[in-house]
Amino acid sequence: MKSRYDNEMELEFLSRSNNEAFARITVAAFCAQLDPTIEELADIKTAVSEAVTNCIVHGYEDTEGKVKIKATLLNDEVEIEITDSGKGIEDVELARKPLYTTKASLERSGMGFTIMESFMDKVEIHSVVGIGTKVIMKKKIKKQENIEENMEENALIN
Amino acid sequence: MNSKFDEENHILYLEIAEEIDHHTTEKIRRRMDYEITRFMPRKIVFDFSNVSFMDSAGIGLLIGRYKLVKLLGGTAELINANKSILKVLEMSGILKIIPIKQAV
Ligand SMILES: Nc1ncnc2c1ncn2[C@@H]1O[C@H](COP(=O)(O)OP(=O)(O)OP(=O)(O)O)[C@@H](O)[C@H]1O
Ligand SMILES: [Mg+2]
Repeated sequence: MKSRYDNEMELEFLSRSNNEAFARITVAAFCAQLDPTIEELADIKTAVSEAVTNCIVHGYEDTEGKVKIKATLLNDEVEIEITDSGKGIEDVELARKPLYTTKASLERSGMGFTIMESFMDKVEIHSVVGIGTKVIMKKKIKKQENIEENMEENALIN
Repeated sequence: MNSKFDEENHILYLEIAEEIDHHTTEKIRRRMDYEITRFMPRKIVFDFSNVSFMDSAGIGLLIGRYKLVKLLGGTAELINANKSILKVLEMSGILKIIPIKQAV
């Protein structure tokens, strides 16, 4: 019998770079409820770090504001929403492109969105200039234990 | 970050011992540039044995140091990166200019 699993959390913090580690570790700890593999957890950590850093570096630049994270677990999927009320992105399709960066002078590589897209299953970007940016990322967690359990069950039946 | 200089072969080992993100890169960058300009190495080796996390900020950091060493006539190499860091490195294409040597 399949039971539905759900949970939700929200986090709000100042756009200071020393909160980047706090944010990715907290989200990863919350997602650990779904029994992800070490690799899946590392993927989530990296994607969250990219999105949060973008809010701090590009969204707020030299100003300070709030970064909001909402994480939702539903069955075997995690959805993470990361929002800033900063300057927004003019051309989202261009921003998504590998190596595209507006801050090359600060040694940014323009790989942030590319990493989010390849480490998560789905990445949506909603942005309005002057209002802010919201990134929504989804990832299915492939349950290792369950696969093993099912194999054991199947072995017993056979 | 710790560093060791092999005087005989002119190799500078840069041993990073923290998570690499936008927050930590500035301090690491200053230390590395100081060591590189001090020793003028023929080769720098980024030792990732004690790095548990790296995001795209690390790519910018590595490319920047590579450019500096190249300007001084040297090369760069990377050792002992864990699986998830390797994934970030591979995606960025950076291993074409900074080759990786695992588990030495
Ligand atoms: N939250 C945001 N607010 C405003 N602009 C953003 C935001 N996130 C991304 N951008 C814009 O999109 C571009 C691409 O972002 P991406 O994360 O891919 O690269 P980067 O941050 O420039 O470099 P890297 O992430 O490799 O250090 C940025 O240079 C910036 O112009
Ligand atoms: Mg970025």
